[in-house]
Amino acid sequence: MTTVAINQEAERTITFYRSVVGKKVMMAVTGFLLFGFIVMHLIGNLLIYLPKDSHGQWPIDVYSAQLHAIPELLWSARIILLVAVILHIIAAWQLSVLNKLEARKQGYVRWTPVASSYASRTMVWSGPIILLYVIYHLLDLTFGAFNPGFEFGQVHRNIVASFTRPPVAAFYIIANLCLAFHLYHGLWSMCQSVGIAHPRYTPVLKIASKVIAVAIGIGFCSIPLAVLSGLVR
Amino acid sequence: MKLILHIWRQKDRQSPGKMVRYEVQNVNEHMSFLEMLDVLNEDLIARNQDPVAFDHDCREGICGSCGFMINGVAHGPQRGTTVCQLHLRHFKDGQELWLEPWRARAFPVLKDLIVDRSAFDRIIAAGGYVSINTGGAPEANSLPVEKTKADLAMDAAQCIGCGACVAACPNASASLFTAAKISHLALLPQGEAERERRALNMVAQMQAELFGACTNHGECEAVCPKGIKLENIARMNREFVQAACLHREPARETGGA
Repeated sequence: MTTVAINQEAERTITFYRSVVGKKVMMAVTGFLLFGFIVMHLIGNLLIYLPKDSHGQWPIDVYSAQLHAIPELLWSARIILLVAVILHIIAAWQLSVLNKLEARKQGYVRWTPVASSYASRTMVWSGPIILLYVIYHLLDLTFGAFNPGFEFGQVHRNIVASFTRPPVAAFYIIANLCLAFHLYHGLWSMCQSVGIAHPRYTPVLKIASKVIAVAIGIGFCSIPLAVLSGLVR
Repeated sequence: MKLILHIWRQKDRQSPGKMVRYEVQNVNEHMSFLEMLDVLNEDLIARNQDPVAFDHDCREGICGSCGFMINGVAHGPQRGTTVCQLHLRHFKDGQELWLEPWRARAFPVLKDLIVDRSAFDRIIAAGGYVSINTGGAPEANSLPVEKTKADLAMDAAQCIGCGACVAACPNASASLFTAAKISHLALLPQGEAERERRALNMVAQMQAELFGACTNHGECEAVCPKGIKLENIARMNREFVQAACLHREPARETGGA
């Protein structure tokens, strides 16, 4: 390939990303990757409800050990997710500056929403709250910085130690409600952004998005509540 | 019946505006919203005051000239209706209403409720056309068009360019307008020749005018007097992605016969 052709390809990518449509496609694709992670993460987390196995180990600890047993896979996933998070945030930032600050300098004295949801109008707030929580969450349960008596690999113990402190449990619940709201709008929105729309499928996609968002919210919020209520010890 | 109006009054492009309260007496429920404003204006003129400026032309909901916000909703509370086709029977006697012009950076206020919508014209000029010499009307069956495609194109072509979609959008995005214009031509064989260039250029122009980006709120679809569907925006996104990935520059500047 000649230099000219490479430049043309680079130019094409830049032109694509520069457009608002390209940015939304970027948000949709990275959002989809992050959604994939959230689903896997929730399934893993729900293992906390299983009793100790025949070797006297918590299933969630075994699962964690299995994940760490293949560092290539673990780190590939972590790098992909980190890149996805960064790109998702950059695109969101750029679009928000245009949408919230540039495109309408003078606002309405009165503006009444007709069709938009509370979730869709608060994406710009639910996102940053989730980000703040994820940072705390990693420091707490991955690096053990804020976790009293943190022991690497003792996932069950660490989760219980973390959530027995009501403020931490409350922060977790708030963040996951934000996540549910974010997905409530985001899941269908990503389909629309990449051009998936059809009268036969759109209503189904919209309902499925809402059901999945609520299910994910309930799934995550159940864990700190279970710890606080003494169901998980 | 009687109405209490708070109307945005602005002398010209540069001047700051403000909401001014008016009371309109002796209007009846069979009047359209614009006829009610005519009554107000006659009263203002009789009292030697500056009448409220608002855009209007056909007054039968097909030209796209009229439109403003009524209580924060573009074209008011009635769905699928422009303000000229909105009748006072949809309001209560003595109701208080706030009237504001479309607000978007790309739509500067010219006077009172009138905004400059030439940004829409520039989006059309960027690609909302078919540049072939059409000549006389062709024989109807010489160019077959699939019925479903023709219907979809017709639905998109209903857009009258009133600007309600931009006004209602929390992001002041012109996506529904641009998508309707792109869809209308992309669905038809006549639009095929310039399909990629059209999607790229119209999206670029929409952005150059500083309209916001679509975040899929759906407000535009809800207020559109012509019922343009959000599905068109998905089609615009598809058209754009396809064009951005596959578009090739022509080998020569000119060509053909």
